[in-house]
Amino acid sequence: MDIPLADKAGGRKRRVRWALYVMLVPGAAVTLVYSYGPLLGLVIAFQKFDFTKGLFGSEWIGLGNFRYIFGLNDFNRALGNTLFIAVFKLALGLAFPILISLLLNEIRATGFKRAIQTLIYLPFFISWVILAGIMRDILSPSAGILNGILGFLGVEPVFFLGDAALFPWVMIALDVWKGFGFGTILYLAALTGIDPNLYEAAGIDGAGRLRRMLHITLPGLAPIIVLNGTLSLGNVLNAGFDQIANLYSSVVYRTGDILDTLVYRVGIQSVRDSIPRYEIATTIGLFKSAVSCALISASYYLAHKFADYKIF
Amino acid sequence: MRLSKLRAWSAFDVVNAIFLAALAATCVLPFVNVIAVSLSDSAAATANLVGFWPVSFSLDSYAFAFQKARFLASIWNSAARVVLGVAVNIALTIVTAYPLSKTGKEFRGRTAFAWFFVITMLIGGGMIPTYLIVMWSGLRNTIWSMIIPGAVPVFNVVILLNFFRQLPKELEESAILDGAGDWRVLLQIYLPLSMACIATLIVFQTVAHWNEWFSGMIYLDSIEKYPLATYLHNVLQRPSFDNMELQEIQRVMKISNRTLSSAQILIGALPVILVYPFLQRFFVKGMTLGSLKG
Repeated sequence: MDIPLADKAGGRKRRVRWALYVMLVPGAAVTLVYSYGPLLGLVIAFQKFDFTKGLFGSEWIGLGNFRYIFGLNDFNRALGNTLFIAVFKLALGLAFPILISLLLNEIRATGFKRAIQTLIYLPFFISWVILAGIMRDILSPSAGILNGILGFLGVEPVFFLGDAALFPWVMIALDVWKGFGFGTILYLAALTGIDPNLYEAAGIDGAGRLRRMLHITLPGLAPIIVLNGTLSLGNVLNAGFDQIANLYSSVVYRTGDILDTLVYRVGIQSVRDSIPRYEIATTIGLFKSAVSCALISASYYLAHKFADYKIF
Repeated sequence: MRLSKLRAWSAFDVVNAIFLAALAATCVLPFVNVIAVSLSDSAAATANLVGFWPVSFSLDSYAFAFQKARFLASIWNSAARVVLGVAVNIALTIVTAYPLSKTGKEFRGRTAFAWFFVITMLIGGGMIPTYLIVMWSGLRNTIWSMIIPGAVPVFNVVILLNFFRQLPKELEESAILDGAGDWRVLLQIYLPLSMACIATLIVFQTVAHWNEWFSGMIYLDSIEKYPLATYLHNVLQRPSFDNMELQEIQRVMKISNRTLSSAQILIGALPVILVYPFLQRFFVKGMTLGSLKG
């Protein structure tokens, strides 16, 4: 790189910094193949896909696969389950950390507060493989410690992971439990930005704890709550593959099978026992991606408009 | 809040403190229970005698776990994957973030290139097309199938490029006047100043690679190549005799599945728990910075 900065007498010509382009090549190449390549692969959804004939040799069947999946019971069931689980996860996953932040904010002993914070962040960092292993043991109807405690209180053993009526709620509760502590970080940070004089003034005016919480703290958090709420909109079809794939079983498919787990079973897992139905799995995946993409775009637009949020 | 400091603890304070303490306990007790079970004698564990403290202390399940060839192999596979994967991730993050941190004037086409990467965070081909591409590109059944497809962590690139932008421009300008090229500016000026940020990214990526189980599950044919997370998913999800070697089946009579599972779970979680103090601090700092900046 020893191209001179100033070329001609007086005139400073901007040189092209080729090194910058060179640096971008490896990352761009990987992204092109493994992120854009699969986008191209989505054409399978419009084909009667034949692995040996490849992406462009297979027979095109238009929207046939879409008609097929919309008539498929498994798909409609999974779509309903996905919406149910995801919406409750989003709503409770938004509300619970706010509540806990407000309660933590009322703790005045800083050492105690910090200890609580350190402990509640922990589950966020542990993977679902590990947590599922732990929960399987704890929630077991015969040997689990939770049913042990319930039994002590005179409650019949509950089959938390094997009861289809209960399963979605267990997933929602575990997900909220895993993430709430981490979720408080943002709110607690925003709380430090609230002017303490407001509290003092309200106190002099005779406002009690609850009223100060509702009229000062909560409005102080409003911008960040709106931002989080809008950004989570894109996840309405993300019911949590990692969690459910590690915890579900065929007895709870009725209420626990979600789009992602269905895609996995139809497209990949079935390889081991029968013919994989790549095009059907891809079609379900494409349906999910298209809806999610529209939602994400809408949510970023809203976040940008109302909260002046930018990605970079 | 000088006024409230003088006040004694009200009933609300007491209830609030107890509630939060109980909530915090639910975040830790499951782990304590697993530790206790893993350190107990298998008879006590099978009889449901173990709560939050080991009963008839025994290290048998750990000794047994560490004799299992597949378990040991999976730990080795995970270690190899973390080292290779994080090295690739970090190298690509650095060389991608540096050009993208330039202005459109310094680097023509910068905005278009930035969008080229950022868009992949918003849309993707999904599970099956990605699976097919990985299969077709010859990564099947190799360690690279778990490393190359996610080699450019775009979110980290954005973090690092924002960090690069905060560095004083003068350093770069004077170095360029002195005849340094971009590679030298990056390696000798930017990198030394960014070690804190890069260390954080290394920790994130290490945890991500250690925890990730799904790509191993779908791209690897041989169980001997599974990383620990995939291995654990397999044995915990379907604890059956298919996953065992003959010698194991014979010894399973002595060591209950339960203590063994607990021991393996704990070993799987251990690295993350060990870096947890750092993780926690980095995350809190990183998220707080981001929110205040916006």
